Amino acid sequence: MSGLTVKRLVAGYGGDPVLREVDLEVPEGGLLAVLGPSGCGKTTLLRVLAGFHPISSGEVWLGERRLDAGVPPERRGIGIVPQEGALFPHLSVAGNVGFGLRRGERAARVEELLDLVGLSGFGHRMPSELSGGQAQRVALARALAPRPGVVLLDEPFSALDAGLREELRADVRATLKAAGATALLVTHDQEEALGMADLVAVLRDGAVAQLGRPQTIYSSPADLGVALFVGEAVTFPGVASSGHVDTPLGSLPTSGEGRGTVLLRPEQLVLGPHGIASTVDDVLFHGHDATVLLRLADGTAVRSRVQGEIAVRAGDSVSVSVNGPALFFGNTP
Amino acid sequence: MAVLPLAYLAVRSFERGGGVVWDVLARTRTAELALRSLSLAVAVTAACLVLGVLGAWLVARSDLPGRRAFGVLLVLPLAVPSYVGGFTWISVAPGLTGFGGAFVVLTLVSYPYVLLPVAAALRTADPAVEEVARSLGRTSTQVFFSVTARQVRPAALAGGLLVALYVLSDFGAVSLMRYEAFTLGIYTSYRATFDRTPAAILGLVLVVLAVALTIGERRARGVVAHRGRRNPPTAPLGRARVPALAGSVVLVLLTLGVPVASLVWWLVAGTSTFSVADVVKTTGNTIAVSAFGALLTLLFALPVGILAARHRGRLVRGVELAGFAGHALPGITVGLALVFFGIRFAPALYQTVPMLAFAYAVLFLPLAVGAVRTGVAHAPPVLEDVSRSLGHGRWRTGLRVTVPLAAPGVLAGTALVFLTCAKELPATLLLRPTGVDTLATELWTRTEVAAYAAAAPYAAVLLVVAAIPALVLDRFLGGER
Repeated sequence: MSGLTVKRLVAGYGGDPVLREVDLEVPEGGLLAVLGPSGCGKTTLLRVLAGFHPISSGEVWLGERRLDAGVPPERRGIGIVPQEGALFPHLSVAGNVGFGLRRGERAARVEELLDLVGLSGFGHRMPSELSGGQAQRVALARALAPRPGVVLLDEPFSALDAGLREELRADVRATLKAAGATALLVTHDQEEALGMADLVAVLRDGAVAQLGRPQTIYSSPADLGVALFVGEAVTFPGVASSGHVDTPLGSLPTSGEGRGTVLLRPEQLVLGPHGIASTVDDVLFHGHDATVLLRLADGTAVRSRVQGEIAVRAGDSVSVSVNGPALFFGNTP
Repeated sequence: MAVLPLAYLAVRSFERGGGVVWDVLARTRTAELALRSLSLAVAVTAACLVLGVLGAWLVARSDLPGRRAFGVLLVLPLAVPSYVGGFTWISVAPGLTGFGGAFVVLTLVSYPYVLLPVAAALRTADPAVEEVARSLGRTSTQVFFSVTARQVRPAALAGGLLVALYVLSDFGAVSLMRYEAFTLGIYTSYRATFDRTPAAILGLVLVVLAVALTIGERRARGVVAHRGRRNPPTAPLGRARVPALAGSVVLVLLTLGVPVASLVWWLVAGTSTFSVADVVKTTGNTIAVSAFGALLTLLFALPVGILAARHRGRLVRGVELAGFAGHALPGITVGLALVFFGIRFAPALYQTVPMLAFAYAVLFLPLAVGAVRTGVAHAPPVLEDVSRSLGHGRWRTGLRVTVPLAAPGVLAGTALVFLTCAKELPATLLLRPTGVDTLATELWTRTEVAAYAAAAPYAAVLLVVAAIPALVLDRFLGGER
């Protein structure tokens, strides 16, 4: 296993490039999630790295080895896990996992990997006899079997039910860590990227808008676009000066100067005895927590995320205060 | 390449100047032929729409006893070649000729063209739409006409126009029933006179009629019914149960019972009048010619089909269009075109097996392209990507992934082309080498001279050959149930 480095990568389909100067670095054994809306170039990035799409300019390094455009997919040592698995329908589970292995080591390594993904004893099954989650595990085992330098995962959970997705995410992360694999995952799902990866790169319009640890991306986004993309937000226009900004929720501590946008996460809005008076419009219960839709006296609508027992109902009057500093993004002139 | 012979037919028609073309077109006989063909097409199509939609509803939506068996039995007539149908009817009811005979035979063999797509549409239409209509206060009968009928309309129209095309280009039934429709007119004109230009011109007119119909079919297609997730519920027939069952039984008796009974009768009654050796020899000829034709067709179809499966855009639309046009190319016209083409440019090939095989390739290319395309679609490119990322090169990937996945569909398609070649009549009649007879031409020749007992064994073999793809087809459709 080795790290993956991408430098000033440009690629496209004639006309305007889809990827404009992408820089990425995945340390050995690390799991990087590339997060972006559909059409931002995620799939093109994967195809370029795997060798299915030509590079216009830039460099791709796998450890000490440079992968030029001339290196065909079969000599790259990069495994792929496509959307919905794409298992070979004419081969059994064992045949799929052993597809990239030499005959001599095949049987033992297939056993080892099926064990790793928790499917020992499934070797003789055909892909049509597997559930969606099992198919994804087999696809992962197949990609890991030849010990690739990097594994690329293309929205591997998008076709699964919500409950299964959660469980499989944890399993896949554990499998990748147990195998010591370097992995790159592309997804449009913020929760998936932030919850699963060691590092997150936000890809926007073919360039990396921000690369960092999930907590950093969430709590100190590089700009308003990233902030809005990685989580729910409450925003107000405002003017910041000397470390404070005035908002309908009072004067809040912040950094930055001048005219711009104030951004709070819903969990920063706390219902309690103190604060600004407001009316509850509605309560959206999510199970593990709830969102309370509030209307302030001046008519501004805000939302608060509340853990535990929900003590309010639509029509109640409550006070709302803000916990922690507000993010502030100055207007670009 | 497939268009070449037709283009030559056009050249040949206009060779002696537009005046001759105009003369032939202006003859009352031309108008008569056209009128006969069109009136037959209209009558058969109307009858098929009624039979097909009723039958489809019975097998797809009602609680008709034994509806699964009827689902197979009512589709089987599709496999009966029109001239076999014609033979079996005329041999039991010699008085049944002309318009009436052609109408009965063609209706009984072609109504499944309507039944199949309509039944599929009825099975896959979203029942939720009908349930919404019921919940909005419509009765079940109102729902059938205001919602269900609308959902199956494109399928019924498409099927109906296929029937019309089938009737226009049919040669077997009309020639055996002595109904002088366009195709028979072309053949007579070709055989009877030294001047073959009128035949070429009439052949072109037939293509124009057929293409016009095809374009009409594309236009009429409209919105395809929305696909539902659940199977629609069955409707109880109630008091209509007995007449519905009786009607279905009568239809099966007419379409399958008559041919089979008549064949058995002639086979038993006329054992002395035919030699088994002749039948075996003819069957051998048919197999050889059809196999050559199927392989040549596959050879042409492979590159086109692979391109069509893997690339989107203009080519694919072109191939799809060619698929529809394929239904529109009457065998008699293709045969005629190749006769002219062969005499002029390849006299050495004229009336040889390669020339006949080429005619089959022109006629059945769309069928083979469709099969190759479906086969290759079973091996999506993502699987090749995965294989290459696992260290296998282009060739090994093709060998280990693409070929095993695509082969079944391609082989099935080739087999279908083979069986279709074996049934082909008009082009074979025009292009077969002297002394080489296929099952179809033997049957036709013997029926022409009313040697019914001698014709029966050929019809029996053909019926068996023809039943195979229909059974396979039903297997495929069975998966959707």
